[in-house]
Order: sequence, then C-alpha cells, then structure tokens
Amino acid sequence: MTTLKERAVAVARTVTDPEMPMLTLEDLGVLREVEVDEDGHVVVAITPTYTGCPAMAAMRDDLVRSLQDAGMPGARVRVSLTPAWSSDWITERGRQALRDHGLSAPGRAPARGGPVTLSLMPTRREIACPRCGSAQTELTSEFGPTACKALYRCTGCLEPFEHVKEI
Amino acid sequence: MTDHVEPASHPAADSASHPAPDPSDAHGSVYDGLLGGDPSHWAFGTDFEDPLAGVDTTVPDGVDAGDLGTYCQMLADDALVASQRLSQWTSRAPDLEEDIALANIALDLLGQARLLLARAAAADPSLVPALPSGSPVPPEDALAFFREAGQFRNVRLVETDNGDFAVTVVKLLVFATARLALLERLSASRDHVLAAVAAKGVKELTYTRDYAGRWFLTLAQGTDESRRRLDAALAAVWPFQAELFATHEVEARVAAAGVGVDPATTADDVAVVLAQVFAVSGVDQPTQGALAAVQGRQGRDGLHTEALSLLLAEMQVVARAHPMGQW
Repeated sequence: MTTLKERAVAVARTVTDPEMPMLTLEDLGVLREVEVDEDGHVVVAITPTYTGCPAMAAMRDDLVRSLQDAGMPGARVRVSLTPAWSSDWITERGRQALRDHGLSAPGRAPARGGPVTLSLMPTRREIACPRCGSAQTELTSEFGPTACKALYRCTGCLEPFEHVKEI
Repeated sequence: MTDHVEPASHPAADSASHPAPDPSDAHGSVYDGLLGGDPSHWAFGTDFEDPLAGVDTTVPDGVDAGDLGTYCQMLADDALVASQRLSQWTSRAPDLEEDIALANIALDLLGQARLLLARAAAADPSLVPALPSGSPVPPEDALAFFREAGQFRNVRLVETDNGDFAVTVVKLLVFATARLALLERLSASRDHVLAAVAAKGVKELTYTRDYAGRWFLTLAQGTDESRRRLDAALAAVWPFQAELFATHEVEARVAAAGVGVDPATTADDVAVVLAQVFAVSGVDQPTQGALAAVQGRQGRDGLHTEALSLLLAEMQVVARAHPMGQW
C-alpha cells in the first residue's frame, strides 16, 4: 500500500512549469520537498528560479489543484529560499526536453567562492543550435523573454533561439 | 478637367470596421471563454499571498526588531525605486534587446524588494502603514504604496531621472557594483531571510553588473557622440555615489549584531571594480564631489530629491485610490 506522501510525490512530480511546460517542476529543480503535516495535509516546498519570478503563483495553484484532483485536498505550498536555485539542478531528462522543444540547455553554473569577477566581454558559451545543431551561434542578448533565458541566433540556419542561462 | 477629386465611394465607410460583439448572438461572444471555468489560466492575475510563506521569520537574538525592519526597508527601497525607474524604459529603450534587458533587471530588483519589504513587515509590524480595516492589501504592498516620500530610505542615486541611455548605464553600473558587493557580504547574515535574499541576489546582480559594465565600455569606445554622452553622464551621476557608502546609525547597529553589513566596508572593493571599468574604457576616474547632506540628512534618513515624489506619485496612485482593492 502506498502512503499519502508517496501519492503526493507522484502527483507533484507531474506538475509542469507554466512558462516552459515541456519541463516538470521536478525536472526544472524548483520542486524541493513534499511532506505531510501533523493534520495529514500535504505541504510542498518550491523555490523561485529568479527572485522576481512571476510564475510562482501559477506553480502554487497548479500544485494545489493537481493534488486536490488526485484526492488530496487542503495541500499547502511553502517557499524555500535556501539554498538558492541553480540551473545545475535541471535534470538530464529536463535538459533533453528543453532541446526537444528548441531551447538550448544551460552549461555548468559558474563556481562560487571569493568575490564575483566582473566580465566586460560577451559571455562565452559553447552552444549548438537546438534546431540544426550548428555550433555557429551568436549571442543577441543576455536577457530574454523570461528572467531565466538569454537570446541567441544561429548563423547557420539563421533561426533565433533561447538559451536557459547558467546561474 | 477639375482639380476637385470626389472621395471614392465606400458603401461601408460610415459603419465601424469592427462592430462590437453582440452578447445575445446565438454563437456567443469572443469573450465568453474568459469568464468562469478554470481560474488557473489567469497565471499572473493572482500572486503568492505571502512571499515568505513557510519561511522562518523569527528575529535573531541580539538585534533590535525595529532596526532589522528599518534596515530591510533601506535595502528594499533601493531595489524598489531602482526597479520603478528602470521599468520606465519599457517600450522606450534604444532597441528591443535593451528594452527586454532593462525590464528583466527591473523584475529582479522588484523581486528582491518584495521579499525585503515582507521581511521588514514580519520583523517590525509597526512599520506597516495603517489601512482601512478589512483591506486585503498585504504588508509588503502597504509599505510600497502607502508610505510618503519622507518615509522611503533609499539612497538618492536610484531616484534620479533616467536621463539618456548613458545616464542609466552609469547609474546602473554604480548601483549594481555597490549592491553586489553588499549582498556578497550579507549572504553571511545571521538573519536567515536576509542571507537567502542576498545569496540569490548575488547571482542576479552578477548579470546586471556585467550588462552595465559592457555598455559603459561600448559607449566609451563607440562614437564621439556616445563618448560625449557617457562623459556627461558620469559627471552627473558621480556626486551620488558617495552616499552608497555612508554608514547610517541603523546600518552600524545591524552590522555590529552580525545581521547587516556596514556599507563603508564595501567601498574599497567597489572602487577597485569601477576603476577596472574606467581603465578598460579609457575613461578618467571622476573627481566630482559628493552631493551634500541636508542638515546631516541623506536618503537613508528620508531626505530625498523632488524626483522621488514624482516617481512615487505615479507608482502609488492606483493603489492609493483603491485601498480595499484586490489585485
């Protein structure tokens, strides 16, 4: 027999990101913990990708509704601020899902330790075009349509694409 | 032959090209799908009721709750006012990429401001302006929208007008460099919320500082006109930078308690980073003196320029018109 927590985990793992619906919250690395409190209610912890991420409320609502639909009413979602989200938490399955949908997956996040160094040259990344596979790509902007993405352009097939930033 | 040209005859010229939908039409209205049904498609119509839901907001031992709340307001107000200024570029930036970049940076800062104001309210509820009983406005919104200019504790640098793109770049470089240095140290705060907000902010500000630094270099080494504007911007902005490193008594106390950071301790590191940008860009170190305090008071004391009042009037007008509003 499965426990309530196991059922809740199974449901929470299916909920997708509102901005990148090819990714589950688990694959994105924002689903941090699923617990059951003393009253038998499910409590899910999620963490924002960026501090100002406006998708947090949608994630919460989707989690609460999915759990309710699966027979677990009264679920709560709490915010987990520590440790801060890193793009390294995106799972391999998540990275493949990004590529399958024309998005470039992040490389390794910069190592932390000591003062953050200033970089006055464009960020260098080894990025292949998610559409044609060409390595001839150029950065358009370090900022994109959502806080977590940069804009690139493939000089091979000429298509623009989005790259999930290392953070 | 006549020089008078009759207008072409259009049978439908006097009827609207897009008639309003008839709500009693048998096929329904295009708006029907927006009503009722699953409210979750209003992805951004609701927000987290409490941005610190489930986070432990106990005030650490050895620090006055009022000091902690006031300190959080200082850090929050810097971010909030800078965010509001940057968002004024939306739809007006030199090109679409910069429009998007500045809006993203504004969003990062707004997120920091929201958490910090929520933390201020949790630390010292007496800081939150009183609203009519039953008002659904959350404490962090009450702090953002229902305080007067004299109650804001941001440094004056962030409230000044955007000016041209060069002014915005110089302001952002100075602000992001100082804030990054501060948040790097604040990541070790004994207050878990401040430590968490700071650690996350460091990652975001790394992108912001690089962005501003690259544009500084580009404008300095671009055309004669971009260089002229950058030089003018640096001269105009520089008097505001010293205030970032002036220690307020509240900052001194929270720093002594291991909860906050004395901004004066970041000054040398910030100067090194800025000197690096100036050197690479071929720009002389500016020499303009600091903007004076007024009877010993600066932004952290609630002393501001006229620019803040005008900015707040625009930012707060809708919220103040609807203190019982649900957003």
